[in-house]
Amino acid sequence: MSRWNELTKGIIKENPIFFIMLGLCPTLAVSTKVIYGIGMGIAATFVLIGSNIFISLIRNFIPDKIRIPCYIVVIATFVTIVDYILNAYVQPLHKALGIYIPLIVVNCIILGRAEAYAGQNTVLNSILDAIGMGIGFTLAITLIALIREILGSGTITLQMLGYGWVWEVPVKPMTIMVLPPGALLTIGILMGIINHFKQKEK
Amino acid sequence: MEHYLLIIISAALINNFVLSQFLGLCPFIGVSKKMDSAMGMGMALIFVLTLSSIIVYLLDTYLLVRLHLEFLRTTTFILVIAALVQLVEMIIQKVSPGLYHALGIYLPLITTNCAVLGVALLNVSEMNNLLESAMNGFGAGLGFVIALLIMSGIRERMEFSRIPESFKGAPIAFIVAGILSLIFLCFKGFAV
Repeated sequence: MSRWNELTKGIIKENPIFFIMLGLCPTLAVSTKVIYGIGMGIAATFVLIGSNIFISLIRNFIPDKIRIPCYIVVIATFVTIVDYILNAYVQPLHKALGIYIPLIVVNCIILGRAEAYAGQNTVLNSILDAIGMGIGFTLAITLIALIREILGSGTITLQMLGYGWVWEVPVKPMTIMVLPPGALLTIGILMGIINHFKQKEK
Repeated sequence: MEHYLLIIISAALINNFVLSQFLGLCPFIGVSKKMDSAMGMGMALIFVLTLSSIIVYLLDTYLLVRLHLEFLRTTTFILVIAALVQLVEMIIQKVSPGLYHALGIYLPLITTNCAVLGVALLNVSEMNNLLESAMNGFGAGLGFVIALLIMSGIRERMEFSRIPESFKGAPIAFIVAGILSLIFLCFKGFAV
């Protein structure tokens, strides 16, 4: 039962974006199309799982004083792997995400989980934690992308490398939503709504 | 000369790093509550961004590219930036305690600011000489300061306004940032 909790806590209760507010820069920047949101989510989840496994394996050898630089090196290695894999096999996605792939390194979610969780827990629990947090991050970024794409270009894009579909939604597009201001307005309003429900619960 | 001026203006206003590329958004929301702390953070950031642009450029051109180690870019850059921030902190503490107290807590925070790594990576992919990189770093820092000062001014005034309970704090800050970003979009010329 507690293992199940490790997995599910990241999805809603401790959702990294809406409740802890970590990792906002990539979330806002790449959420112009649904598929980009999903791609970014999967890339970050991969890095999160890899670095959590590795850090929890070597947690007993790392001297306490230099643990943050050690964590960063591990994370940067996995980010480089993702960067090269995407460049080799999913080039359009690599092009669309651009500079935000190497920037996963400074995504506070990953360093935050390494510091707060993987550095103290067993490998299995760390993997579950990483998967949960990764799903939470992916869902949040996809939700924002869905809102922005529907309102901004009137489509839902689930297409990559010629597979998948593009749906047309009967909405008159407001270009502003796919431009930078739209992202900030969307997340501001979403957070306000979430706060409203949280306060109601109390 | 004109060329370099254009790089600064482009980095500071037209492609403002916070408001149009979302780099450094966390400190932007985090430290924009008071004007003094916004100023301190901004100054520290201009300094580190300019310096790190220069060092990263030298390192990339004379070490990584020459030895064909481009795949180590991300790892090297983040470590160099972390070390640089630490070093700058120690030097300032020795040389100018006054400045150290002014910048104080904001320096360590800069390591995790994605603007620093972002500018380093953009420089490598777009700029082709040392001065251009340095100017781009300086312009990015300047743009951050401009955005941060405007934002903190607005947020100081907003303390007295009536905001719905659930929108207090971060949500309204994001919405204000959205409107600011809309204004900065005008520098680009609105092509719909």
